[in-house]
Amino acid sequence: MASNFLRLRKPYYVESTINCSSSSDQKLVNLSFGIDETRNQTKKRQAKEHHGRRSCLDSCCWVTGYLCTTWWLLLFLYHCCLPFTVVHEVPQLMPAARLKREGLTGIHPVVLVPGIVTGGLELWEGKPCADGLFRKRLWGGGGFTQLLKRPLCWLEHLSLHNETGLDPPGIRVRPVPGLFGADYSAPGYFVWDVLVKNLAKIGYEGKNLHMAAYDWRLSFQNTEVRDCALSRLKSKIELMYRANGNKKVVVVPHSMGVAYFLHFLKWVETPPPMGGGGGLGWCAEHIKAIVNIGPSFLGVPKAVSNILSAEGKDVAYFRAMAPGVLDSGTLGLRALEHVMRVSRTWDSVVSLMPKGGETIWGNMDWSPEDEHVCDFSKKRYFRLSPSDNNVNKSNAKQVFRVKDPVKYGRIISFGKAASVLHSSQLPTAVLKEILHMSASRNFTSSCGEAWTEYDEMSRESIQKIGAADKAYTATTLFDLLRFVAPKMMNRTEAHFSHGIADNLDDPKYNHYKFWSNPLEMKLPDAPNMEIYCSYGVGIPTERSYVYKLSPSNKCKRIPYQIDTSVDGEDRSCLKSGVYFADGDESVPVLSAGFMCAKGWKGRTRFNPSGINTYVREYQSKPLTSGIKSTAHVDIMGNIALIEDILRVAAGATGEEIGGNKIYSDILRMSERINLRL
Amino acid sequence: MSSLRRRKPINESSDSKHKAEEEDEDHDDVDADGDDDVNGKNKKTPSKIKKKRGEKPPKQPKWSCMDTCCWFIGCICITWWLLLFLYNAMPASFPQYVTEAITGPLPDPPGVKLKKEGLEAKHPVVFVPGIVTGGLELWEGRECAEGLFRKRLWGGTFGEVYKRPLCWVEHMSLDNETGLDPCGIRVRPVSGLVAADYFAPGYFVWAVLIANLARIGYEDKTMYMAAYDWRLSFQNTEVRDQTLSRIKSNIELLVATNGGRKVVVIPHSMGVLYFLHFMKWVEAPAPMGGGGGPDWCSKHIKAVVNIGGPFLGVPKAIAGLFSAEAKDIAVARALAPGFLDNDIFQFQTLQHVMRMSRTWDSTMSMIPRGGNTIWGGLDWSPEEGNSCAKKREKKNETQIADQAGSENAVCKAKSANYGRIISFGKDVAEAPSSDIERIDFRGAIKGHSAANTTCRDVWTEYHDMGFAGIKAVAEYKTYTADSLVDLLHFVAPKMMARGTAHFSYGVADNLDDPKYKHYKYWSNPLETRLPNAPDMEIYSLYGVGLPTERAYVYKLSPHAECSIPFKIDTSADDEDTCLRDGVYSVDGDETVPVLSAGFMCAKGWRGKTRFNPSGIRTYIREYNHLPPANLLEGRGTLSGAHVDIMGNFALIEDVIRIAAGASGEELGGDQVYSKIFNWSENINLQLDEEIPVHLSS
Repeated sequence: MASNFLRLRKPYYVESTINCSSSSDQKLVNLSFGIDETRNQTKKRQAKEHHGRRSCLDSCCWVTGYLCTTWWLLLFLYHCCLPFTVVHEVPQLMPAARLKREGLTGIHPVVLVPGIVTGGLELWEGKPCADGLFRKRLWGGGGFTQLLKRPLCWLEHLSLHNETGLDPPGIRVRPVPGLFGADYSAPGYFVWDVLVKNLAKIGYEGKNLHMAAYDWRLSFQNTEVRDCALSRLKSKIELMYRANGNKKVVVVPHSMGVAYFLHFLKWVETPPPMGGGGGLGWCAEHIKAIVNIGPSFLGVPKAVSNILSAEGKDVAYFRAMAPGVLDSGTLGLRALEHVMRVSRTWDSVVSLMPKGGETIWGNMDWSPEDEHVCDFSKKRYFRLSPSDNNVNKSNAKQVFRVKDPVKYGRIISFGKAASVLHSSQLPTAVLKEILHMSASRNFTSSCGEAWTEYDEMSRESIQKIGAADKAYTATTLFDLLRFVAPKMMNRTEAHFSHGIADNLDDPKYNHYKFWSNPLEMKLPDAPNMEIYCSYGVGIPTERSYVYKLSPSNKCKRIPYQIDTSVDGEDRSCLKSGVYFADGDESVPVLSAGFMCAKGWKGRTRFNPSGINTYVREYQSKPLTSGIKSTAHVDIMGNIALIEDILRVAAGATGEEIGGNKIYSDILRMSERINLRL
Repeated sequence: MSSLRRRKPINESSDSKHKAEEEDEDHDDVDADGDDDVNGKNKKTPSKIKKKRGEKPPKQPKWSCMDTCCWFIGCICITWWLLLFLYNAMPASFPQYVTEAITGPLPDPPGVKLKKEGLEAKHPVVFVPGIVTGGLELWEGRECAEGLFRKRLWGGTFGEVYKRPLCWVEHMSLDNETGLDPCGIRVRPVSGLVAADYFAPGYFVWAVLIANLARIGYEDKTMYMAAYDWRLSFQNTEVRDQTLSRIKSNIELLVATNGGRKVVVIPHSMGVLYFLHFMKWVEAPAPMGGGGGPDWCSKHIKAVVNIGGPFLGVPKAIAGLFSAEAKDIAVARALAPGFLDNDIFQFQTLQHVMRMSRTWDSTMSMIPRGGNTIWGGLDWSPEEGNSCAKKREKKNETQIADQAGSENAVCKAKSANYGRIISFGKDVAEAPSSDIERIDFRGAIKGHSAANTTCRDVWTEYHDMGFAGIKAVAEYKTYTADSLVDLLHFVAPKMMARGTAHFSYGVADNLDDPKYKHYKYWSNPLETRLPNAPDMEIYSLYGVGLPTERAYVYKLSPHAECSIPFKIDTSADDEDTCLRDGVYSVDGDETVPVLSAGFMCAKGWRGKTRFNPSGIRTYIREYNHLPPANLLEGRGTLSGAHVDIMGNFALIEDVIRIAAGASGEELGGDQVYSKIFNWSENINLQLDEEIPVHLSS
């Protein structure tokens, strides 16, 4: 009897604990209220009952029982009421439902290309500490529970080899294939799921919808070397093209997937062995449109701080997790060091470094965002009406006359002064100094086993670099990184390049390391293709950082950290040591929009066949979440974006969905960039 | 669990004790407080209780029933959490440790063992799952399936069967006419290795094999699960999902990305037939075929390792179609006795199951092929002389030898007529054929009496037949493999009309006949030629030593309005002729008889025959069934049962060796325990290519 009872309860119970996290706020409040109440009761009771008429254990049992019963009751009510509430929300959540009524059906097969950190990884071979995790997720889905159970083991398995950037011996971690690979990044945290649901509504299914899962830790070419990921993607696209009546595919890359797919475009037309041997017309034949979501074409400044001190705000949400989990005691207070050690073995992080150097990102005294207004709380885009627009513009200029323009060009500056002063007041010998130091660098660590490459540097050089009033621009940054992380940069410079091509016909640009940099590659010859840049705007996005030496000078510590004490006045762009610009919380507008707005617009040297480009911006409204959010990952649930994608997939052209839709300053910013086209 | 069970009575007794104590203490309190309180005793009790209970109303001086309940639930919850915590905190290797402590060290899993021998991943591997083991997920559904988007309807926990049974049946059914999706419903196969690694949580299908292959270096890029919708007829998977094209493209990709190494294909159960179909399809010219050219198979396939393949069909499929009643085809039917038969559908479970499974064309691919030539006529069968006493002898070896000997003697005197796959009544099944009076059912007129409004929602085709038809079926008394197909045409005309467009069950007279270019013959090994690929190898791996359904004794069921009119006569038992619960059984793997699994490789394709013109080498590997030694071993590493054999270490070792490059000879050639070669000899099938008439004359 008792066993029966329990058997019934078990699944029910598990369910209730899971639902805990996803339940509505109100219920949580209720519950916590209940806890307080009952705690008070028990306290009172315990205080007043000297004789202990009920033992403490009994009271505990009673309280738990009481709570559980209430919880179940609420859960039961919740489940009873759920169908009714859902019915009302559905039409809103599903733009596809409306479009289907308009008669839209899926025509073109769709390929989804996930970005960094959103794809799942699973274990295929591991060390003894990972026993029993075969083909279980290490990253994404339920994989993060392993982080709590065996943190060091988990980190070890997620690291790659320090020299090759491939698997360490004895460990094989592989991407989860299929739609399960990246539909949810963690339970309840959707990435692609909403989009997939909507696509399914207008007729998509396994045969014309494909998730190009790849191991996002590897450099792009290595995904082909190790997993044949690019070959698979090619074969999959060819199959879908053939199996769906020779309909070209629509590709939807997100975040880093954008750079990955650029790499693919070049790879597929290059002859083997380096490329896929698809021939020159391959893209023109197979691809209808590329709808880039939150594209990081020109990199993100966030990647710099991530490499330098493992400290930027989250790339997607890795860092959002970090303050909660990683900084607490679980890893013995060295969470950041561990993170740094692991993430420095991931080549792909380097692909996100700002590309184009000072020409794009600005130098010591100039940056394309100079006129940017930082007051995000008050600033809205009034450009809808032209009269407002002018007023607003002049207002903005006035504001800036009062204050100095923010020197966004200095992506890293040590000390607030260095970020504000005019360049003539700053020491200029930085570069040479670094080069000189790196030449004479043969210091042996006194810290025993080296944790990070910082431990292999001498104290003085660390001090010198970190001395106040030095600033680094997008170009000089690389010298800095080459110095502080020589191994990583050595490894990755074989795979990525961050410059601007002078002459694209130079045969050196046939090398794969240039393929993912839009400023060093030509788009394929496919005049009928379309490229969309779809991204959110109106959210403050990290653009440059104020650094300081970290106070503790011990071994195994990261010597630099963001100076969170530095704050600007009200309405300034500086907050907690970070200068913000417009963007989608991860990618600044400049990086997301420049190529479509200017670099590829019309027939340029980067776009010789004149592929049509469209900028589609999605404006953030304050205090919105869910279906109207425009943040880097949340935008995947934005109904306006989904509607655009559905229309493109159903055959609409860029002109038909309304051409450019711009809210930000991207056009003027692009104007200010002086790039030969 | 056991600690909990022990605990409960203690709890209750202590509970009551507490109540008693409470009362006592209440009195004490009253006395003790009496000194302090001046206002008299009337007000004391409530005020004190207020102190004690906080906001509780004063009317409950003791623990109420509610409190006790709460307390009890709390107790259980806490214990449960504690156990859960302990369970989670337990290292993953603990169960293994316990097993080893009890039974001594376990043998290394084959993957580990072979890795030590130095084997490495070589040929890419393609898995082709069988019927019912592949997962299906919902892509578009009716309103009742709200919120199930991309959730599994088939496989996984089957949670939806409990929650909304009718909705589930509706979504799992296909259209009765086309055999494709019903309007507004799209249920699609799950893709990737997850499609069929576990059928239900803890019930592995491919997972053990995959894990062992991974040990020697296989991973996603060298393994591919050819998941397909197993409800559809084979050609329809291409029509609807382009599954065959996908398999072709994926095999080509696997070969290209692995340095031109050919693939090893591992089909299981119905996947065997599916892959036969694929091999013909891929070489046939478009549009009906894949247009791969006549040497596609020899270029891309190293070996086809068939596991438990029902090449010639299974008798079980007949019972499944005829009365939805056979023992499980894989596990769908194993589920049925548990919960399908109880009241969820108000006693109409079987009808619902039948209605659903009759819309699945694929079940018709398993109907016995080859007719009387293969499966035996009224008076003979290839398995003649099979004694089941021998099997029993093996099982209880403790029995006295004399007794076993005598039983053997009896058996020889009396042999089962396996050729009569369905007989009405035990006496009919045993009588010599001359004694049976048969009235042909084929011309019988069907009545229309049974179509009744009450039966509308569980409509099966039986209701079109009426009493006359049903009676005619029973009058024919006994059915062999040939007449069975006619019988099914009679009782389920719509289904068979659909089915015969996709499958064929005969034996080809002349394989050059252009009609054999049609796809409906492709999955029948007796009506197709193997591709021209002399370097390819075909293996047939299957378990033996388990009683397997071969023929049935039926009876008319007491005719109620909406029920299925026939059912297996479970009262028919005969120790000597292997008749148990109305089912005659022979040697096999519990689902597929040895004859079906082994005949093609033992005789039909052996050497250069007309079915195998290029002389592809064939090998038979049998695995004797041994039940698991103890409970901790789960489903055993020596099992020979149809699905459990996928965890058989010997089989896995063979598969890994083949994948790592070994040829059939290196494995040791044939490995046979059953009498498959003797039985094959009994079958009189023309194997030499006949000389075409115009040449001879």
